[in-house]
This record gives sequence, structure tokens and C-alpha cells, in this order.
Amino acid sequence: MYVIIVGGGKVGYYLTKELLAAGHELVLLEKDGRRARQIADEVGSIVLQRDGCEGKHLEEAGAKRAAIVAAVTGDDEDNLVVCQMAKHHFDVPRTIARVNNPRNESLFRHLGVDEIISPTRMALAAIEQDIPVHELLHLAQLPGGRLELIEAQIAEDSPAVGRRAADLSLPDACSLLAIIRSGNAQPIRADTTLQVGDTVLAISRTESGDQLHDALIGAADGGDPD
Amino acid sequence: MRAFIAGCGRTGASLAQRLAEAGHEVTIIDTNTEAFNRLDHGFPGRALRADVTDEDQLRRAGAEGVDLFFALTEGDNRNILAAQSAAETLGIERVVAKVNDPVRAEAYRALGLATLCRTRILADALATWSGLPHEGGAEGVAPATGHHQAHHEETADQSSDGTAVPAGGR
Repeated sequence: MYVIIVGGGKVGYYLTKELLAAGHELVLLEKDGRRARQIADEVGSIVLQRDGCEGKHLEEAGAKRAAIVAAVTGDDEDNLVVCQMAKHHFDVPRTIARVNNPRNESLFRHLGVDEIISPTRMALAAIEQDIPVHELLHLAQLPGGRLELIEAQIAEDSPAVGRRAADLSLPDACSLLAIIRSGNAQPIRADTTLQVGDTVLAISRTESGDQLHDALIGAADGGDPD
Repeated sequence: MRAFIAGCGRTGASLAQRLAEAGHEVTIIDTNTEAFNRLDHGFPGRALRADVTDEDQLRRAGAEGVDLFFALTEGDNRNILAAQSAAETLGIERVVAKVNDPVRAEAYRALGLATLCRTRILADALATWSGLPHEGGAEGVAPATGHHQAHHEETADQSSDGTAVPAGGR
């Protein structure tokens, strides 16, 4: 299978090596001369110092007989143009674009790019798994072992937004201590209305964590990442 | 009319100035705020720092629902991305992209983008000045020859080799 890779950054470089190892025929277009020579020193003469966005260069690289064009530069606009030129000018059956700004994913799909790889989104997803973004933070266990000091960030999707402290359905024996709003701490009174961005400090029984979570963060099941 | 201009270079700045002076509501953006020095002191429009390739920033700058959208940055590809995003995602009807590479300009006309190719315009002006005949399609904004589509359909794309289709031939 003949593959054209555009962009010799880290992604393009490792992709080239992997595909070569798998026995594919390919050419790599890298517009920076020094980078192109660097890679050529290692993988041989399949590297062309060319700007893959130029129709002329894609043609020289054999776009007309390519089965796949993969545009993996660090610039979304370049990757889009490479894929569109490949698809609409050279009838390449399969185009793959690296998308760096996750917001561009749907636009690229809409504009006919067949396959999207989004390293940013992949990294975010992996990191978010390790960092609970919308969780209660257990700050300290109070003497006696039954009560905890807890911090909660009030996000947009929190059911507490716009509600008065007195109207929240808090678990038994739970007390809201203070909120931190715009860098200032203030006491929470019955008529204090919670806002997006508030940090709430509370003391609660260790076993009522789930209930407090539902009241301040929201029900735990709404796992739609979008 | 409401006009949105991306890229405050010489072209963008003078266009912004003219549209604003003619009474239109103009927003001009650039990633480099120093570029706004090209605007007159009393420029009546809005000048905002924003990246034209970022849809969120475009929306925040108020690009949604404008009547005219000009992608005039120094990068052909950036203009191409921005113009398609404006047409497809923001639903703006009148969109122009400056694409200085003639091959790309022609290719994107066939894909439904009105383009402005400085290279062709200048070369034609100079050739005409030298006494050569005027080249068709090299004047001003070249209208799209093909039309936008959600390109999900398979290979049957009638305009993919449409570089020879004359301007306005749709």
C-alpha cells in the first residue's frame, strides 16, 4: 500500500518508521530542510523536502496512486489543506488528519477528512482519568474519625448553582462552613446563593460523601465527556 | 452591514477602515495586537485579539451572523480553514479567502470558496501593462466555481477536476 505522510515532526517520524517496519511503501514530505535531512539520514531516501500543501509537490510525491495520505503536522490548517487537496484534487481514497485543536474535529469531518487523530483529546482523556475534575476533595479527617473536612468546586453543571444554601438537600450532620469566591473567603448563611466557580468548604460524615457529592457536584452517573 | 475581517495587515486594515467609514459595523481581529497600529486612531469599528482558526474565539469575537467574512491573514491555509469554518459552521453566506498560491486558489474555488489571489492579480496587472492580453478570472475576487457540500459522499465528485470551469459557471 502506498502511503504519503506530510509532516516530519514526532508523529510523522514515528509513523514513518512504523509503517516502513510493517513493509509499506511510503514517502514523507517535510518542508524544513534540516529536519528532512535528519530523518533521511535514518530512514533513507524516502524523505522529500517539500511543502505538502502545494498541489505540485503532492503530485510529484505520487498522490494520484496513493492509497492513503496522512497529514500529521502541528498545524491544523495545513493538515486540512493537505487532506482536501489529496481528496478532491488527486482522488486519494483515504485521508487522515492530525487535529491539534479538539474544536476542529467536527469541522474536519464535515469537510470530508476520512479519519481524525486528536492527540490533544487523547492526552486530555488519559489525564482526566487520573485527575478527578468534578469530585469532592477530602481535605482532612477530623479528630474522632467520623467527620471530614471537604472541598467542592461548583461547576456549571452543579445542581447547587443559583440555589440558596438553605435549599440544598444536604446529608444529615453536614454543615457548610464557608465559600471561597474570587479569592475571598466568606461565611455561608442560609440565604447565600451558590455560583459557578465557588469553592465550598464543608464538614460531613465520612459515609455521606455520595449524598454530598450529589448535592454539590451533581449525580455521579452523567458521564458524557462532551 | 456587519463585516468581520481576520488579519490586520495592510489589506485588512485598509478594508476595515473603508467599510467602517462607509457606515458598516466592522470587527477586525489579529493574533498580534501591534497589527492594530495600522488602523487610524479614530477607527470606529472593533479591533480584537483572536485566532481565526479557533472557532470558539471567532464566536466570542462576534463572527456569528455577520454579512461579510474576510479571511485575509498571511497564511493561505489559515484563511482556507477559517473561511470554511465561517461558511460551514457559522453559516455565513458571503465569505472570501485570500489564497496567494494560484493552484490552491483554483482548487478551493472548485470546492465552493470565493478566493482572492494576489499572485494572479498582480501578475495579470503587470502582464497587461507590458502589453499582453488580460487574463480572464484574474480580476478581483474570483467567485466559487463549484459549491459547498458536506463532502461525505464517495468519490463521485463532479467538480474535483473542475479547474478549467470558467468563473461563475455554476
